[in-house]
Amino acid sequence: MSFSTELRGYGKPLAESVLAILIGALIGAIVLWLSGYDAVAAYKALLEGAFLGGNFSETLSKSTPLILTAITFAIGARTGLFNIGAEGAVYFGAIAAVGVTQVLQNPLAGVLSGLLIGALWMLPAAVLKVYRGVHEVISTIMLNWIAFYIASWMALSVLANPNNPNSTLPIPPGARLPLLVQNSTLSMAFIIAVVASIVVYVIMWHTRLGYELRTSGQNPRAAEYGGINPKAAMVWSFLIGGMTAGLAGAVQIMGIPPSYSISQGLANVYGYGFDGIGVSLVGRNHPLGIIFAGILFGALNAGATQMQQTGVPLEMVKVIEGIIIVAVAVPGLLDLFVKPFRRGAQ
Amino acid sequence: MNETMIVGLLLGSLAAMVPIVLTSVGATISERAGVVNIGYEGILMLSAFFGTIFAEMAHNGWVGLLGGALTGLALGVVHGVITVYLKGDHVIPGIGLNLIGYGGVAFGILAYWGTAGQHQVPSYAQISPLWMDAFGNSLSPMVPITFFIALLAWWMLFKTPLGLRIRSVGENPEAADALGINVELYRFTAVLIASALSGVAGAYLSVDWLGTVTKTIAAGRGFIALANMVFSGWNPLMALVGGFIFGFFDNLAIYIQNNPWLAGAIPWQFIATLPYVVTLIVVAGIIGRARPPKWDGIPYKRE
Repeated sequence: MSFSTELRGYGKPLAESVLAILIGALIGAIVLWLSGYDAVAAYKALLEGAFLGGNFSETLSKSTPLILTAITFAIGARTGLFNIGAEGAVYFGAIAAVGVTQVLQNPLAGVLSGLLIGALWMLPAAVLKVYRGVHEVISTIMLNWIAFYIASWMALSVLANPNNPNSTLPIPPGARLPLLVQNSTLSMAFIIAVVASIVVYVIMWHTRLGYELRTSGQNPRAAEYGGINPKAAMVWSFLIGGMTAGLAGAVQIMGIPPSYSISQGLANVYGYGFDGIGVSLVGRNHPLGIIFAGILFGALNAGATQMQQTGVPLEMVKVIEGIIIVAVAVPGLLDLFVKPFRRGAQ
Repeated sequence: MNETMIVGLLLGSLAAMVPIVLTSVGATISERAGVVNIGYEGILMLSAFFGTIFAEMAHNGWVGLLGGALTGLALGVVHGVITVYLKGDHVIPGIGLNLIGYGGVAFGILAYWGTAGQHQVPSYAQISPLWMDAFGNSLSPMVPITFFIALLAWWMLFKTPLGLRIRSVGENPEAADALGINVELYRFTAVLIASALSGVAGAYLSVDWLGTVTKTIAAGRGFIALANMVFSGWNPLMALVGGFIFGFFDNLAIYIQNNPWLAGAIPWQFIATLPYVVTLIVVAGIIGRARPPKWDGIPYKRE
């Protein structure tokens, strides 16, 4: 396949994603208007907060964990799994990074600990799926809740900061990720997320393992006839997905000033796993599409803070994200809009 | 442990099983017809919120349950149109719905009542209990109603022509279609019944059992209900048994947290994981013999 045909193949999904985003924005505006808010002012603040001047580095910073958790979902989806367990792996990635860097004051140690613990945390869901046939949606959601309580307990006990009851011990200065833009929250973490996406793209589309994962995702029976073990593919899918999610948690703490620590109630690592699902769907479960979708969702999250100053609750962006996902789920969304016009032209 | 505590734990378990059983029974009807929906969590959230608004407007908790059912119904229409008529994926809309539920309720509490994260339902908008003792233990009228609904759903699914048709479109839609059964209509109807039941369950959380709307009020119950449906083998009567087990552990966690002498021994966070750990263990243990309907989650397109 030549590069240009490959590019043309991306045209329709791209147009459908853009349409879904527009629908999300439109319905969001209606909800705002019905709730008595000034939708125009809210969206203006949202866009300014996301893109104006130095705000764009905040957008990129906010997109970092989302890109990584979206990869978790995308690898699952490509293997035929609905892996929504990124959320729990993010918590433990953060916990591991804080814990390990207290001893080994080195960013690499923090990153590796995140990768490792993320993969380990996905193992129960993988085992339950392969050996007991437990649907991964149920197991990963249960594991997310279990992770939330255990990680909260660890943050308050083993990793508690004696000088600050509202957060864990900070990542020691020697293990922090360097900032890309001074006086911002944009750090090396963003580069790590982009590199991870490219690595996953190469694994999924240019290696034997990736071929096996995608084949068993598309047609497990055909894969089996072709000598591929779909169960092994599933386990790999969980493990690689867990690694990127654990990485998301680790870099989220190692790269975000000023605190470089986990806040009370896991507030600064909460929700990225869930939001990553939306990012992956809008990015069409493709690692490269995910980078752009991640930046879009990062922009929504970065802009939300400014939008809040116009009086609109922060959570409005979650509603918009949810509507975008429902719109993405409508098959042939583009055709529904284009067809009536085509017929008229004939 | 004395008698009051045992009575309290038992009544608490019955109260906790209501939303899980109602949602499980609904999900069972929907999946028997072949439609998967993982958006019940979002339906529980939104109907807890809108149910309260209905109840406060009417000064009547029962109107709140009706409002919850209508909210569920509206969301069911969206899911049904996408999955049944447009032949879309069954799982993705639910992911969106759950996000809308969690975002929308947090947004709505602030936008409608002006409080952050939590709203207390006034007593005039709550459903009064059937029975109450001096220690605050109570029995909601929704408990017997839930038992009745489960029984009715079982009878409908397995003893009536309607149930036979619902099961046939989930088990073998091609054969059903050949016999002149309107596959899309029965699937769509099953989705609506499921969403409405889940809507009642959501409103029950706010206007009856918990008496409050919080931005995490569903707390995973939409998913526990799905686990319970699997545990029950897609059978409404078994969903009562599973619902009681899940309700018991849900309640036990709250109960231990509220008893300092027990809570001191184990960190409360560990106890809070109980319902989820039990769900995992039960589902892992049972799944080998559970068989979903053959066309569960697969869009049916006529050849």
